[in-house]
Amino acid sequence: MNAKRIDKVATGILYAIAGFVVIILIALLGYILVQGVPEISWHFLTSPALAFEAGGGIGIQLFNSFYLLLLALLISLPISLGAGIYLNEYAGQNTITGLIRTTIEILSSLPSVVVGLFGYLFFVVQFKLGFSILSGAFALTVFNLPILTRSIEEALANISDSQREAGYALGLSRWETVTKIVVPAALPSIITGVVLSAGRIFGEAAALIYTAGQSAPALDFSNWNPFDISSPLSPLRPAETLAVHIWKINSEGIMPDAKAVSAGASAVLIIAVLLFNFLARWLGKRLYKHLTAE
Amino acid sequence: MDKIRASLLKKSVASKIERRGKIISLSCLALIILVVFLIFYFVASRGLATFFSNHINLWSFLSGTQWNPGTVGTNGQPAVGALPMIVGSFLITIFSAIVATPFAIGTAVFMTEISPRRGAKILRPVTELLVGIPSVVYGFIGLQVVVPFVRSTFGGSGYGILSGTFVLFVMILPTVTSMSADALNAVPRYYREASLALGATRWQTIYKVVLRAAIPGMLTAIVFGMARAFGEALAVQMVIGNATLLPQNLVSPASTLTSILTMGIGNTVMGSLQNNALWSLAMILLLMSLFFNLVIRYIGRKGKLNHER
Amino acid sequence: MKKSRVIQLVGLILIGIALGFGYTHRTNSNAGESITAVGSTALQPLVEAAGEQYSSNHTGVFINVQGGGSGTGLSQIQSGAVAIGNSDIFAEEQSGINAKKLKDHRVAVVGIAPIVNKKVGVTNLTKQQLIQIFTGKVKNWRDVGGKNLPIVLINRAQGSGTRKTFESYALNGHASADSQEQDSSGLARSIVASTPGAISYVAFSYLNSSVTTVKVNGVRPTDTNVQTNRWKIWSYEHLYTSQQPNQLTKNFINYILSAAVQEKLVKQLGYISVHTMQVQRSATGKITAVK
Repeated sequence: MNAKRIDKVATGILYAIAGFVVIILIALLGYILVQGVPEISWHFLTSPALAFEAGGGIGIQLFNSFYLLLLALLISLPISLGAGIYLNEYAGQNTITGLIRTTIEILSSLPSVVVGLFGYLFFVVQFKLGFSILSGAFALTVFNLPILTRSIEEALANISDSQREAGYALGLSRWETVTKIVVPAALPSIITGVVLSAGRIFGEAAALIYTAGQSAPALDFSNWNPFDISSPLSPLRPAETLAVHIWKINSEGIMPDAKAVSAGASAVLIIAVLLFNFLARWLGKRLYKHLTAE
Repeated sequence: MDKIRASLLKKSVASKIERRGKIISLSCLALIILVVFLIFYFVASRGLATFFSNHINLWSFLSGTQWNPGTVGTNGQPAVGALPMIVGSFLITIFSAIVATPFAIGTAVFMTEISPRRGAKILRPVTELLVGIPSVVYGFIGLQVVVPFVRSTFGGSGYGILSGTFVLFVMILPTVTSMSADALNAVPRYYREASLALGATRWQTIYKVVLRAAIPGMLTAIVFGMARAFGEALAVQMVIGNATLLPQNLVSPASTLTSILTMGIGNTVMGSLQNNALWSLAMILLLMSLFFNLVIRYIGRKGKLNHER
Repeated sequence: MKKSRVIQLVGLILIGIALGFGYTHRTNSNAGESITAVGSTALQPLVEAAGEQYSSNHTGVFINVQGGGSGTGLSQIQSGAVAIGNSDIFAEEQSGINAKKLKDHRVAVVGIAPIVNKKVGVTNLTKQQLIQIFTGKVKNWRDVGGKNLPIVLINRAQGSGTRKTFESYALNGHASADSQEQDSSGLARSIVASTPGAISYVAFSYLNSSVTTVKVNGVRPTDTNVQTNRWKIWSYEHLYTSQQPNQLTKNFINYILSAAVQEKLVKQLGYISVHTMQVQRSATGKITAVK
């Protein structure tokens, strides 16, 4: 067989492999969506879950998921931005930096169960936060920090040094150069990193079962005072998220329509991740234009 | 004169900002490091209690095959043998990596070398989306599709290592694929151009030049996928059967460290042997992820050396 | 000062004022008037639903109900971190718990029934057969009057209340053989429904037509048979408190024990009311008639 023919055969095999993978992935998405989308209605998206009757919704769980995501990002983004800046802009190439990087990578490969159990031991029991949004947000922060730090560091590293040199030439300090020039320039890729980590947070269940809890008490949506425990904004109430809800109704649910609720909730989850993806990319582009054109 | 002197000796505003910025960013980093040490401390303090306060022999913990903490096994020792779970975790991790690797690398090559446009337009977004699917959903699809398939094709009850392997294969596929694609993209363009200019076909270029240059990056991707598989809990728990028995074959019910850990932790009381033994399992998980990490770093360092040479 | 700085400062002050305002104007009756109940996931829906009803009758009172498992509930109430610990089992049965320091409130009864896959062809088992099946002595349904199908045991997680009850009262204290385990009733049921030859056991509330419910010694698993103890596989659901619970905790437990909850909610959720029981059982398994 000559080289040309081998080339053809190999290309064919690669097409087959890629096609097979695409089929698996599409089948997976299709399976979830086909089963779930018919269950979705306005009522399903907004009404609270019912423990033992049919017709319950996922309203509170959906809100909890978004709120928890927001809180977790609010805590983890500044920290990982700072850490990423230090690692890329200040840290020298030495053993200590290498050690620090290893530690961060260890954190990123920790199983989410272990993160959840640590969160239970540390935030729930030790700090007496109970099963609460705050405990959950901290656990998700632990889970999210290494991924975000790494993607921010990479985003910063991709900005060419000429940008920094231009900053120094204008008499800016290193910190000013970083915050005013490098970070804005890296913003689109930082946002992509945030989005990808947000997707993982949104679907995370194992780390939340023992931190944010498995119950979603009724919320009073007319009360937006964060210090009231029945307020949606209260950080100290237990909050079952969508992913945890899917897990729970499948394992413990006694409502007659548990299968339908679970399929619908899975589809909502995927659609949410999808929408989130598009929205953030669009936002990233807008921000980039705004920050660099002015 | 004094004014100028003072202004020269005093720190400038810019250098103050600079100092402040450096301190802020350094403390962020320190916080992350602190978290890692806290995790290790907490898990170790619980996990080691099995050996120090409950006086379980480390060797009998690692090699015992009976798991029923709180009762006494047939050999008169407390039944805390973690071997079935350790074996289960390892088998499922290795098998899923073996199955996933050719598909992931094939797809990555397709995405970067054969059809970059379609790769960027279809494959990338889909793989990124799949990372966001919760493991619970994978578990249920496994329960509804994979387990019956395995039962009817390979026999047994359908629950076991094989079903777990299939589910984990799909779960780690997106991660390994996109990381491998990154590794291939990082191979400089002129490598390919040089090879093509020598008259090599596209496949020869891919196989003899691009793949070899990207080996360290792809190994990292595979080890990373293995670490994921090792730590996955909820999906595996649903399809593996959770029997604390040494697996007889690929379709006999088995268990992993994570599945026993998540099932048991809520039923035990903190400080009791049952609870401590579960924390010891968590500690093994922690040590294993440390090990995977060291492997990744070792590969990374070797790869760098090869490139510099 | 630059304009953006001013805006930032004003914004921060406004947020501060809003938070302070919120703090001082929070619904005052809430402060101190909330209790937390943690533990058993099987009991969680009942306490949650009762808590919601209680809150709507008593404005400003909040009952915070969380899962986590019976073990978690008992260890949290022992350490005094919560007001109520929900448990599926007696505190005496849980190792690491000093039951003397806790006060037991039995709020409901749960019946547990063996279930098998529909294709097994068995609707009745003697207790002896049940023990032989779960200890692994009988491996094929043929030997107990069913079809020629290997038996697939689906056990519940080690330490779970359902498993403890089943081993004590269905297997006469025999430990079951190592086998597949699942930690939740719903999953156990759906696995039995889809796996040929599978047998497991779930609470009455999970019984449905997707599986065959098995009689033991010819006795049907019904609420009436549990109330007379003809069906022996049942357990209490417990709310544990400290020896001196506070007033709100007492009121709430009295509310759960009131006819309003016992006759409606308890039934709706598939439990059996403690008021209808004609016998009672102690932690050691001794049965006495209720006068």
